[in-house]
Amino acid sequence: MRITITIRRFNPEIDVKPHWENYTLEVGRETTVLLALLKIKDEIDGSLSFRASCRASICGSDLMMINGMQKLACRTSVLEELDRHGHLKIAPMANMPVIKDMVVDMDPFWKKLKAVTPYVVRENDDLPVQSEALTTIQDNLENADACIMCGACLSACNTFEASSDFLGPAALAKAYRIQVDPRDEIRKNRLETLQTENGIWDCVRCVYCVQVCPKDVAPMEQIVRLRRRSIAAGFTESIGAKHITEFTKVVGKEGRLNETRLPILMTWGNFKKMFQMIPLGIKMFIHGKSPNPFADPPAGHEAVRAIFKGRKK
Amino acid sequence: MKYAYYPGCAGKGATPELHQSTMKVVEGLGIAVHELEAFNCCGAGVISEADPDLAYTLNARTLAIAEALGLNIMTVCGTCQGVLGGINKKLQKDEALRSRINAGLKETTGLSYGGTVGVKHFQWILVKDFGVDKLKRFITNPLTDVSIAPFYGCYILRPESATGFDDWENPQSLEKLIKAIGAYPVEYDGRTKCCGFPVFLEKQEIATELVEKRVGSAKNAAGDAMVTPCPLCHMALDFCQKDAEKIHREKEGPSRLFDMPVLHLPQLLGLAMGYSPESLGMKHHLVPAAPLIHKIT
Ligand code: SF4
Ligand code: SF4
Repeated sequence: MRITITIRRFNPEIDVKPHWENYTLEVGRETTVLLALLKIKDEIDGSLSFRASCRASICGSDLMMINGMQKLACRTSVLEELDRHGHLKIAPMANMPVIKDMVVDMDPFWKKLKAVTPYVVRENDDLPVQSEALTTIQDNLENADACIMCGACLSACNTFEASSDFLGPAALAKAYRIQVDPRDEIRKNRLETLQTENGIWDCVRCVYCVQVCPKDVAPMEQIVRLRRRSIAAGFTESIGAKHITEFTKVVGKEGRLNETRLPILMTWGNFKKMFQMIPLGIKMFIHGKSPNPFADPPAGHEAVRAIFKGRKK
Repeated sequence: MKYAYYPGCAGKGATPELHQSTMKVVEGLGIAVHELEAFNCCGAGVISEADPDLAYTLNARTLAIAEALGLNIMTVCGTCQGVLGGINKKLQKDEALRSRINAGLKETTGLSYGGTVGVKHFQWILVKDFGVDKLKRFITNPLTDVSIAPFYGCYILRPESATGFDDWENPQSLEKLIKAIGAYPVEYDGRTKCCGFPVFLEKQEIATELVEKRVGSAKNAAGDAMVTPCPLCHMALDFCQKDAEKIHREKEGPSRLFDMPVLHLPQLLGLAMGYSPESLGMKHHLVPAAPLIHKIT
């Protein structure tokens, strides 16, 4: 079958900006995007650049935008893509600096990973490791160890899109991986560093990382686990942590969320933040968008209170 | 066709116009609804961060109430749909989980959920149960020459395991509805991305930056208005637009204004069905819908 693939080309030595080019070639039912690219490189244009190695979704090097989505070229079928989108467009990973064609600079990805101290730290490495320790790790890994460092999640991350210093999904999933390792001796410190600016509380929960990860690492869920562990470890003062605890408290009392009361409770005592919210609060009030913070709890709240009470037991 | 209508906290709180326009439109279309008046919050994914079993139990209560009524649930919020619908799927599939959650639910409220309820967003009901062709018969004021940017948001699409209606990579249901009312669906980058709402209180800078990207891209594609199935997306895109405008003008030049009305799905349909902007609660928007209204009248 003859098909056309549209590829975004960029060679910094000759191009001012990237441009799209069409390639027509013969493909079969089993042709993957990677095979198609290799064929183009062999038969049509030898200057086409991309990374690839294992061809079997293990090395994680051929991640690119395929019809606008972060995918491994070696496990994406050409015909399935055409079927799903009606065309096949290939571009380098979004939100990463492009070096040439599909080759991007992965430096931001590695820097973030390094920033979470992604390995077990021990004062004395000669001490024997308890076998129970290894079992606990297995029980709590939640697939966080399956990462092949392809960069899909970071490239798709909506927080990263808006805030380039965000630690990002892969690094935070790795932090969780180490966090459940009882051999590690700096767990409390690591958890503490994750509370700061650009850490776990900056994730907007867009679920992109969960969806694009080719290895089901589900980074957002690992971030949620880190958040839960943080609150359990006593890191409860950040606005992010308060969002969870105060939201839950409001619902526990009234059965529903009161959007006027929550921001007040979350920012209570943080005058700068409270001050910031005032103009919007006034606008919302004028437009009839502020639920009465002193209203009686709505119908159904007794049942919810009972459920909360039951959970506490 | 009758549904147990779950208005959600936002519909009964900060976006009263969502509830108002929903009631108007379902009545006009002849879709019967039984409003769940004693409903509780779905937890919005936040309560499950504190305690997953608590979130399961709260949603099991909602499902059990609808089950006792013998009705499927209709949601009008993308986030409620993702959370309630996703938990429903888990409770249906995993019997051990269901009986564990039912034990607590029964003890505290006397209710128990058998796993037979369907949870559908109003948007999905229109496309599938009701049908786009039938909808066209109710359009008395087609919005010809109007370009609408569909904004899906996150939880009505992702994770796929919780939703499973549209193809999350290339959803089409809003586009179908926009075409059905005679308008033109704008193609732009960002229709399936995040509006920034979840960090609105923690990190306003991130939320504002995301709103700038979404509204900016809809604007560059010449959209007259945006439409969304999620009131939380509506709030972010509506509330942050003025702040986002400042960033936009720094990027694109001082003459660039942000005046993009952000409509709830039933409001957009209501306009095409001939209802007045007042009756659809348009006065509650921070960014006035006036330019759009002007164009269609
Ligand atoms: S869920 Fe959070 S970490 Fe994952 S992609 Fe979205 S913002 Fe990034
Ligand atoms: S978490 Fe998944 S998507 Fe992210 S780098 Fe690792 S394998 Fe790739």
